Amino acid sequence: MYVYDEHDHKILSERVAQFRGQVDRYLEGEISDEEFLPLRLQNGLYIQRLAPMLRIAVPYGMLTSVQLRKLASIARDYDKGYCHVSTRQNIQFNWPSLEDVPDILAELATVQMHAIQTSGNCIRNTTTDQFAGIAPDEIVDPRPYCEIIRQWSTFHPEFAFLPRKFKIAVTASLDDRAAVQVHDIGLQIVKNDAGTVGFRVLVGGGLGRTPVIGSVIREFLPEEDLLTYLDAILRIYNQFGRRDNKFKARIKILVRAMGPEVFAEKVEEEWQHIKNSPARLTGEEIDRAKSFFTAPPYRQIDDAAVSAALQKHTDEELAFSRWLNRNVQPHKVPGYAAVTLSLKPAGVSPGDITDKQLELLADLADQYSFGEVRTTHEQNIVLGDVAKSDLYDLWKVLKPAGFATPNIGTLTDIICCPGGDYCSLANAKSIPVAEAIQRHFNDLDYLYDLGDLDLNISGCMNACGHHHVGHIGVLGVDKKGEEFYQIQLGGNAGEHSSLGNVLGPSFGRDEVTDVVQKIVDVYVQSRNPDEQFIDTYRRIGIDPFKERVYAKAD
Amino acid sequence: MRKLIKDGAVVTDDWQFVDADHGTVDALPVGKVIVPLALWLENKAELSKHLPKVGVWLNGEEDTAQLHDDVAQLPLIAVNFPVFTDGRGFSAGRLLRERHGFSGELRAVGNFLRDQLCYLRRCGFNAFSLNEKYDPQAALASLGDFSEYYQGAVDEPLPLFRRRALTS
Ligand code: SF4
Repeated sequence: MYVYDEHDHKILSERVAQFRGQVDRYLEGEISDEEFLPLRLQNGLYIQRLAPMLRIAVPYGMLTSVQLRKLASIARDYDKGYCHVSTRQNIQFNWPSLEDVPDILAELATVQMHAIQTSGNCIRNTTTDQFAGIAPDEIVDPRPYCEIIRQWSTFHPEFAFLPRKFKIAVTASLDDRAAVQVHDIGLQIVKNDAGTVGFRVLVGGGLGRTPVIGSVIREFLPEEDLLTYLDAILRIYNQFGRRDNKFKARIKILVRAMGPEVFAEKVEEEWQHIKNSPARLTGEEIDRAKSFFTAPPYRQIDDAAVSAALQKHTDEELAFSRWLNRNVQPHKVPGYAAVTLSLKPAGVSPGDITDKQLELLADLADQYSFGEVRTTHEQNIVLGDVAKSDLYDLWKVLKPAGFATPNIGTLTDIICCPGGDYCSLANAKSIPVAEAIQRHFNDLDYLYDLGDLDLNISGCMNACGHHHVGHIGVLGVDKKGEEFYQIQLGGNAGEHSSLGNVLGPSFGRDEVTDVVQKIVDVYVQSRNPDEQFIDTYRRIGIDPFKERVYAKAD
Repeated sequence: MRKLIKDGAVVTDDWQFVDADHGTVDALPVGKVIVPLALWLENKAELSKHLPKVGVWLNGEEDTAQLHDDVAQLPLIAVNFPVFTDGRGFSAGRLLRERHGFSGELRAVGNFLRDQLCYLRRCGFNAFSLNEKYDPQAALASLGDFSEYYQGAVDEPLPLFRRRALTS
């Protein structure tokens, strides 16, 4: 985990003071609403339907137990005792008052946290693989590069007023858990033939109103050139991105209009001017960043022996065995595992977590996982470094805490934006839809039989719930002031990314669960042995689903 | 006369700003004038005779390279911010300083916010014609919102990582 030095602390405390002054001047009437808008957004502060929402940055998803305890106390003191894990791995508070925000930021700063650039038309929090540093399939740990990008993007003086928001994701494994193909810039860490680490650079991916898979503009960028190349991309975007129409302002529209080749040439030309500037990274700096992400003191564990012991428990307890299958993921160190804590039990808004749970999580992190946890874009929490010999004890604690719902990767592990219950941009509510589906599909054996199935819900086109890349996507739409839901099929995040296709006319809220059931039925009847939903869909196409869902009742 | 923030102090502005549509060379007021880029480019020979009493302004979207050959002789270049959310002027400032080598007065004009002063300063601006609703004396504080930065820019070419390496 990165640790702030006096420079980082200074920058952060100057930010806290700056924003306190801005809030004061706003409350005194010196700053207008219109002027305050970008200032508060660049500090993660939205004015929501019911109250402001404050989005706290969780750089590349990493949190320490100290930070978790601070979040718990903020949830208690300034909010209603809970917070929300967003689909971009950040933490959101839904009920702070504007007057309290400067104090909240000051408290966060004491644990090296902030809300910098979590919204607004600037470079947002960089995201990565939730299993970074522990995944067996990664080339190198992507987090040092994320930290380098975090520092470069924080208060970048030239790129704070871009045409639109700008998101960067980094992955170091082929199984792209960071969805780099649907980001403004996607960086895939690769090794060239000489074994040198560098980046494959994609631009212009994105979800939202016009979903697009990003284009590769450079097959191999040496690591020292990372920041100057990013500067070049951003400068081209800042100068040429559209500013006349908010819906056409993302970089994907520019890349499409210019064509990826021309865009790449422009970037290359700009880059030639700056590639050897002092902004060029040094090996020393890369090593410094890496020094914060070294391996914790893992114990020597006899993997075969613990596996045998686990086997005994799984034979005896079905519930444990289910959890082990679904919520425990492989780790690169023998004898260790990553454990995903589900924030999706039925009856709880997906991604919500209470102050008590945060504190328990902090204790569990200290006891079982070297004091660190990770947030995931599926809105769950991961304990990254659990000794396999501790798994059974850990499960015993997780169960009563509501963290052990064994549904990771299944239909009820729903990605869901806050929707109409909180968000003022929403066309429709999303949480009640998720809840109804979770309650309907409550038979675990049936869920497991359905296998890996991503169901994602967004309350509007902004696609915070990533509905385009859900195998089943649900999108809230507004029809003459009434809430309806459009269904999409065939989206996929990860290595073979694809965007969903619209099934047909939209449905009322009480019909959605039934439609999902019909879609699932078609899959079950059509699948080949061991075929996952997405593969069946790709084989048979959308028509059989259409026919079933829109069949006239006899 | 209008107040101006220049080099960290409040001063009186002795330049006159010529709007885009009021510009013919004959109609220019006497004294120091800041003329639109188009007028400058079309009448460079004539206007050059009045140097150093002529400055040029452009919009953030206009290509700064058009002034590449002129930066050595121009005493002042102004970048106009049509709306404060239009960040093109920040790139324009850096390009004028870092790529074209302009060392005269680089002035921000138009619709920018007091809260953007620090970023503007970092991008090479040293003069700010702030909206008159602000108290310029109070606004000076925003120039120094930050005294430490991660990135290199015009004010401090070395990014923090290079400066860290020097001191450790
Ligand atoms: S998708 Fe729409 S409704 Fe949902 S959180 Fe985003 S903006 Fe709000």
